[in-house]
Amino acid sequence: MIDSKFLLLIPLLPLIGSIISGLYSLLNSEKTNYKINENLVSFISCATPIISFLISLMFFLSLNNLEEKLITYNFYNWISSGYLNVDFELMLDPLSSMMTIVITFIGSLIHIYSISYMHNDRGFARYFSYLNLFTFSMLILVLAKNLPLMFLGWEGVGLCSYLLIGFWFQDKEKAIAGNKAFITNRIGDLGFLIGIFLIFWQIGTLDFIDINQKVSEMNLEIITLITLLLFVGAMGKSAQIPLHVWLPDAMAGPTPVSALIHAATMVTAGIYMIVRLNVLYSLSPFTLSIVASIGLFTAFFAATVAITQDDIKKVLAYSTVSQLGYMFLGVGIGAYTAGTFHLFTHAFFKALLFLGSGSVIHAMSNEQNIWKMGGLFSKMKITAITFCIGTLAISGIPPFAGFFSKDEILWKVFESGNILFYIIALFTSFLTAFYMSRLFFVVFFGNLRIKDENIISHIHESPIFMIIPLIILAVFSTIVGFLGIPHSSLFESWLSPIIVKQNEIQHYQNSMEIVLMFISVLIAILGISSAYYFYVVKNNIVENLYNNPKLKPIYKMSYNKWYFDEVYRDIIIKPLYFISNNILFVIDKYLIDGFVNGISKLYSAMSYAFRDIQSGIVRHYAYFMIFGMFIIFLISIF
Amino acid sequence: MISTQDYLIVSAILFFIGVLGVLTRKNLFIIFMSIELMLNSVNLTFVTFSRFFEDLTGQAIVFLVIAVAAAEAAIGLSIVILIFKNKESLNIDDFNIMKG
Repeated sequence: MIDSKFLLLIPLLPLIGSIISGLYSLLNSEKTNYKINENLVSFISCATPIISFLISLMFFLSLNNLEEKLITYNFYNWISSGYLNVDFELMLDPLSSMMTIVITFIGSLIHIYSISYMHNDRGFARYFSYLNLFTFSMLILVLAKNLPLMFLGWEGVGLCSYLLIGFWFQDKEKAIAGNKAFITNRIGDLGFLIGIFLIFWQIGTLDFIDINQKVSEMNLEIITLITLLLFVGAMGKSAQIPLHVWLPDAMAGPTPVSALIHAATMVTAGIYMIVRLNVLYSLSPFTLSIVASIGLFTAFFAATVAITQDDIKKVLAYSTVSQLGYMFLGVGIGAYTAGTFHLFTHAFFKALLFLGSGSVIHAMSNEQNIWKMGGLFSKMKITAITFCIGTLAISGIPPFAGFFSKDEILWKVFESGNILFYIIALFTSFLTAFYMSRLFFVVFFGNLRIKDENIISHIHESPIFMIIPLIILAVFSTIVGFLGIPHSSLFESWLSPIIVKQNEIQHYQNSMEIVLMFISVLIAILGISSAYYFYVVKNNIVENLYNNPKLKPIYKMSYNKWYFDEVYRDIIIKPLYFISNNILFVIDKYLIDGFVNGISKLYSAMSYAFRDIQSGIVRHYAYFMIFGMFIIFLISIF
Repeated sequence: MISTQDYLIVSAILFFIGVLGVLTRKNLFIIFMSIELMLNSVNLTFVTFSRFFEDLTGQAIVFLVIAVAAAEAAIGLSIVILIFKNKESLNIDDFNIMKG
């Protein structure tokens, strides 16, 4: 048994690592030209999440032995004001235990991978400081026992994503991408915050366990409102339509950061929050239907966009958006376990895919356009094979991890009786298989399309620190699916203490489930083989599509991401600029500035008037004093 | 028999002489002496009331005032000496360095 107060160590260690490398990075500035000792930084920054991982494992084991499956520890009283009483209290239950293991495990691998990837970067120490801070925030988010503490982690990951996406801030485009992520998240956070306020207003507590006990005190309308507002927050963090626009741009940061954001941290926060509050969500069928619809639509939309993108990281980014849509779909139909399981498996194979793409980009001297790659299979075999495993996993080919989780969601959708949802989800799964295999075939098959001799001669397999995480993640992407075999799911029984019991709606025969399983595997194989046909056998599909007048608009729509950015630019950003530049500027300049400057002018005029009182002659001051005393004397008499 | 009122009148006269001294004279020493005069007129008031109410607290305060006045005189005189060393003048109107 491990003492429950050591729970604090799990988030604290990465924070310490962050502070050390953060302070160390201050030594290296433009002026000092100090050479950072990379070995020291990488040791501290990688050791801290690894130790956190080991502690998480120990907690996992001791949690397993407990009857009640709950470890809490109250460290101190954080906020105490009137009725509001918030403790700095951490909680480990099956859900947060699983999350801490995923975060620290994948986080550690990404830290190790970054040692090679960021080698010789000027901001080496700064990078690791942010990366550790990111891990810390996410761990606080999942371990928090109440909403305000969760919000601390929630904002922390938002801040760190901003810092890391805009890591190369000298490049204006990347700095803007960082801003975009921050501002989009802020919109979602507003909803989340209002949701928290409403919960406090209604039941006067913010503690998760108390909330679960007191939900019956609220009426349905308020619950629907609260859950919808909280879902707005989840939309922002987990990149669902309409707040998904930041995630594809988030690839401006270094590739391991994308892996961290897309796989282990940040985007999973929205799903985690809904599953954490599943008791609340289950009470509002309306919210759940909204969650499911938005999830489904996002999954479909992102898959259609991913088909035509040129940039290796953009394809992966849209595939993340799409997979997150699947998770929300699962959660929205009440299959919380299925959604969480997909989150779990997705973390492994998406980290694998992103790190694999980082390995490719590294080899290609920072070239990200897939049409300049090709034929890399023979040059970097390990990256190619691990990437292939990731592709198979996300496409849903058994026995890889994605098959089990995605199929479970599909089955639950079918079981919930909504056939339209099922068909769209199945079609999306076809698209997923198609675009991922397209990516794989275009990058690793065919002939190398880039002509630059310097880059060609530079292509090589990545260094050992980058290869090892790839292999580990590939192994896990292959095997973790077996934790969730239907009907004897270890994962489901592990999470069952915190998931609200669902009424079984419809019972299909087991044979039906097996038939559907075959259908989804067939669909995935169909997707892969059609990608093979179009991109390896025929390999001129893009020109054909582009020259076909009927298909060209569809192609362009997909290529331009359904014009979301353009629409936002025209509807929100441009009017906002117009109003700020014309109307608000006038108000600001003449009304607000006038008021502020007026006050300062008033005081300076007054000081001119009164400065003569300060004659410097002591006798005058004595006169004033005596005069004042005389006045006080008179007042006290009458 | 001298009444309590007479003491108070004397004390008030002494106080106003002090005030006028502070306000009208230019020599630092005279101002200083006027301040002492004011202090002592207040002491007289205290003693008068102490006797009138038959309460010794007033007399205790007088001793306190005398002690404070002694300390004040020590510091005040040393300041006056320093000022004279610097300015070679005791005219208070020469020291208007605080003019705004």
